[in-house]
Amino acid sequence: MELNDEQIERYSRHIILEQIGAAGQEKRLSSKMLIIGAGGLGAPAGLYLAAAGVGAIGIADMDRVDLTNLQRQVIHHTTDIGKEKVQSAADKMRAINPDVNVITHRMFVNAANIRGLIRPYDFVIDGTDNFAAKFLINDACFFESKPFSHAGILRFQGQIITVVPGSTCFRCIFDAPPPPGTIPSCSQAGVLGALAGVLGSLQATEAIKYVLGIGQLLTNAVLTYDALTMQFRKIDIARNPRCRLCGKEPEIDELTDEPLPACDLRGRKTHERAANG
Amino acid sequence: MEITLNGERRSIPAGGSLLDLIDGLALPRDAVVIERNGKIVDRADYGETLLAGSDVIELVRIVGGG
Repeated sequence: MELNDEQIERYSRHIILEQIGAAGQEKRLSSKMLIIGAGGLGAPAGLYLAAAGVGAIGIADMDRVDLTNLQRQVIHHTTDIGKEKVQSAADKMRAINPDVNVITHRMFVNAANIRGLIRPYDFVIDGTDNFAAKFLINDACFFESKPFSHAGILRFQGQIITVVPGSTCFRCIFDAPPPPGTIPSCSQAGVLGALAGVLGSLQATEAIKYVLGIGQLLTNAVLTYDALTMQFRKIDIARNPRCRLCGKEPEIDELTDEPLPACDLRGRKTHERAANG
Repeated sequence: MEITLNGERRSIPAGGSLLDLIDGLALPRDAVVIERNGKIVDRADYGETLLAGSDVIELVRIVGGG
């Protein structure tokens, strides 16, 4: 794909970067990225990927915009309340950059549909808000050999992990969703809006680096961020040979839906969850 | 006894294990990953891993919001 004059001007601050250049921008314009969850993480990720001129951006979500979303989900505006999130997000991404082909997937992502959903894309951003979806995305990306960025946020803390085929996966680090009721959801415990912006922007950064093949990805490590102490900490974590998904003797050979999203978990025992997962 | 937990000095009772530490923080063992002196500790070993003075512990708890 050859850049036209307007594109050269639009992307000039990227093109001027030694690691990107016109070739990098052209590469980006032909890449396809999927954001699952048009929420706190997906909002900044979507805005930056659109602005950067990613060729195709898929956005998957089932929800509609709610007043409580607007404190952090900056892709949605007050006038969007009640609208489908995928539509609201698509409108903003197209408005920022008409070069981008935005594909909306209004769906509840589950074990039955996720592999088909992610298959056409080059990179997946996990912007979901519950453990069930986060483990499902990890497993689906493993089976489809797709790179993805995991992130999670709560209160003032966030974490991010990049997983590419062959690197430490989310299950290597956290084997299974935590027991019910032990870790609250954002709606129960709160979350700093700007924290979502930090982590979602980091996810967009990793996605762009991946398609351009530049720098070092956040693989085989977890990066944590504490907004109160303003500390980033990176902890290297090697692949776990006992990982139930990607270890030497894997136990997980197909996708299953974890029983309930984190925010709804009540009174379910660990072994019951494990039996389902 | 003093250890370093996520970059901060912290007093803990002598003779305690990693499991005691995460219990004290009211965290389930499935929800954390712990690095002790630069090495990841297997989740199954938390109970028998006794903390020593000057241990440097990095504890990451899982968060699921988005």
